[in-house]
Amino acid sequence: MTTSGRMGSWAKRLRGRTAVIGLPYLWLLAFFLFPFIIVLKISISEMETVQFKDLVAYKDGLLTLTLKLSNYVFITQDPLYLKAYVASLKYAFWTTLLCLAIGYPFAYFMARAKPTTQPALLMLVMLPFWTSFLLRVYAWKGLLTTDGWVADLVIGSGLDQWLVAGGLIPAPGKLMNTPFSLVLGMVYTYLPFMILPLYGNLAKMDLRLLEAAQDLGASPWVAFWTVTVPLSKAGIIAGSMLVFIPCVGEFVIPELLGGPETLMIGRVMWDEFFSNNDWPMASSVAVVMILLILVPLAIFNKYQAEAQEVRR
Amino acid sequence: MKASAVNRAFGAGWLSLGYVFLYLPIVALVIFSFNDSPVPNAWRGFTLKWYAALADDREMLAGLWLSLKIAFLTACVSIVLGTLAAFALDRYRRFAGRTLFSGMVNAPLVMPEVVVGLSLLLMLVSVQRAIGFPERGMATIWLGHLLLGMAYATVIVQSRLKDLNPQLEEAAMDLGARPWQVFWLVTLPMIAQSLFSAWLLTFTLSLDDVVLSAFLSGPGSTTMPLVIFSRARLGLNPSVNAIATVIVLIVSIGVIAASYAIARAERRRALEMAEATRA
Repeated sequence: MTTSGRMGSWAKRLRGRTAVIGLPYLWLLAFFLFPFIIVLKISISEMETVQFKDLVAYKDGLLTLTLKLSNYVFITQDPLYLKAYVASLKYAFWTTLLCLAIGYPFAYFMARAKPTTQPALLMLVMLPFWTSFLLRVYAWKGLLTTDGWVADLVIGSGLDQWLVAGGLIPAPGKLMNTPFSLVLGMVYTYLPFMILPLYGNLAKMDLRLLEAAQDLGASPWVAFWTVTVPLSKAGIIAGSMLVFIPCVGEFVIPELLGGPETLMIGRVMWDEFFSNNDWPMASSVAVVMILLILVPLAIFNKYQAEAQEVRR
Repeated sequence: MKASAVNRAFGAGWLSLGYVFLYLPIVALVIFSFNDSPVPNAWRGFTLKWYAALADDREMLAGLWLSLKIAFLTACVSIVLGTLAAFALDRYRRFAGRTLFSGMVNAPLVMPEVVVGLSLLLMLVSVQRAIGFPERGMATIWLGHLLLGMAYATVIVQSRLKDLNPQLEEAAMDLGARPWQVFWLVTLPMIAQSLFSAWLLTFTLSLDDVVLSAFLSGPGSTTMPLVIFSRARLGLNPSVNAIATVIVLIVSIGVIAASYAIARAERRRALEMAEATRA
């Protein structure tokens, strides 16, 4: 091959590379990163009747920069926002913990089932995931209101007394629009997000390690805690982040299953935007929400990148 | 071996309870769509009248049609963008801003939708103020769904690319195939199943989305989930149960048939591969 020919094919390959990386890159910069910068900008913009003002204005030969930080001051001082942020983190935390408590044994037993039945078990976890999330949340409304199946079961068995004692429902016999119904709905919705990465992790585990541990005298229980759990750390982190982060900003579930005392930040932002039409305020609430999930988001990204780097 | 029998029974019990938890609401949704009562809760007898009413429900049917169009377009473009992004991440180990790129690809998977919806809308409004385009409507909803769909498509395609045997592409290259020929004739057939699953998943995600659509829709572009959501907010509504049953039925049949087809194709491919390497 001549030098020019080699140069030509090299240039061609470089062009292909530029297109493969450049196209999705530009797309994400334009439609994912750039919008966040706009939100940041609007969150510190003055509101002018219905439209927000530009930060930098050129008028009468003068360049003026108007920054408005009062939204952020307001968020830190108004107890409503603070309460909503704390509640969001609290409910997201409990949802994650419950998903882990239910999902870990579930994924574990799935991964230890007969290899021939595992595809079917996996399929059964995926299937609700494919059917509408909105409709499944709505379905809980029917199950939890008076005369609903689950409501009858819980109240009939006297479980509601325990829920009252735990502060999850205000009075016996009322399950809907309480912290109980909210957390139940979130656990239900996000459980597959916990099970799938855990299953992927546990199914790949080298079972000889467990045998080795038992040969060395560890009881099954000790072997589980000292071998299986540490080896599935990556799955636990991935699952927990997949549940926790979206739960913090969840809107549909608190709106359909939550009540007045379960005000979460996603709903507050929604109301600022759709009811009050206060776009700068909604932007400020969103910016603070992003700040809250920044650390979990970084953990999630680090895990995802690591999982993607592991090859063959 | 008594302990392991107890263990197995406990495992089976835990799995069964888990599946009951996952499927109970769906079963209830379907059953109460046949309930002869305006409140789909306590059983009052069998009826099909909610399905008959559905046929006259113009708002719902218009929403369904719009949602199907958006979902189709979202799925088609998502797999193209997702495949490009997956290739970029899998094949090019280092390029400027790779960390930022992979972060932006993965973030929409977990980013609360209210944040994504708000920021995308505010950007579109700013652009519209500057150049008078685009109007809020089907196109802007599609744009939002695409952001979500691309992230899911990338994850699915990438996990498939990671497991590919690089020797097959190298062999094709050695035999003189051009890079695009290698892609069309070797790589694409091998990742076809993952593209198919990605298409199905992004289609159903788009068909289901409430939050992004609420932010990005304009007058006259009300998708089906928005119709369902506005009714569900007000309380229980049998029309929602009826449309839910129809969707659950179609999606279940579609997904089961598709996964069956995928499993069969996978087996055939494995067989061919085994034959080829033995020869």
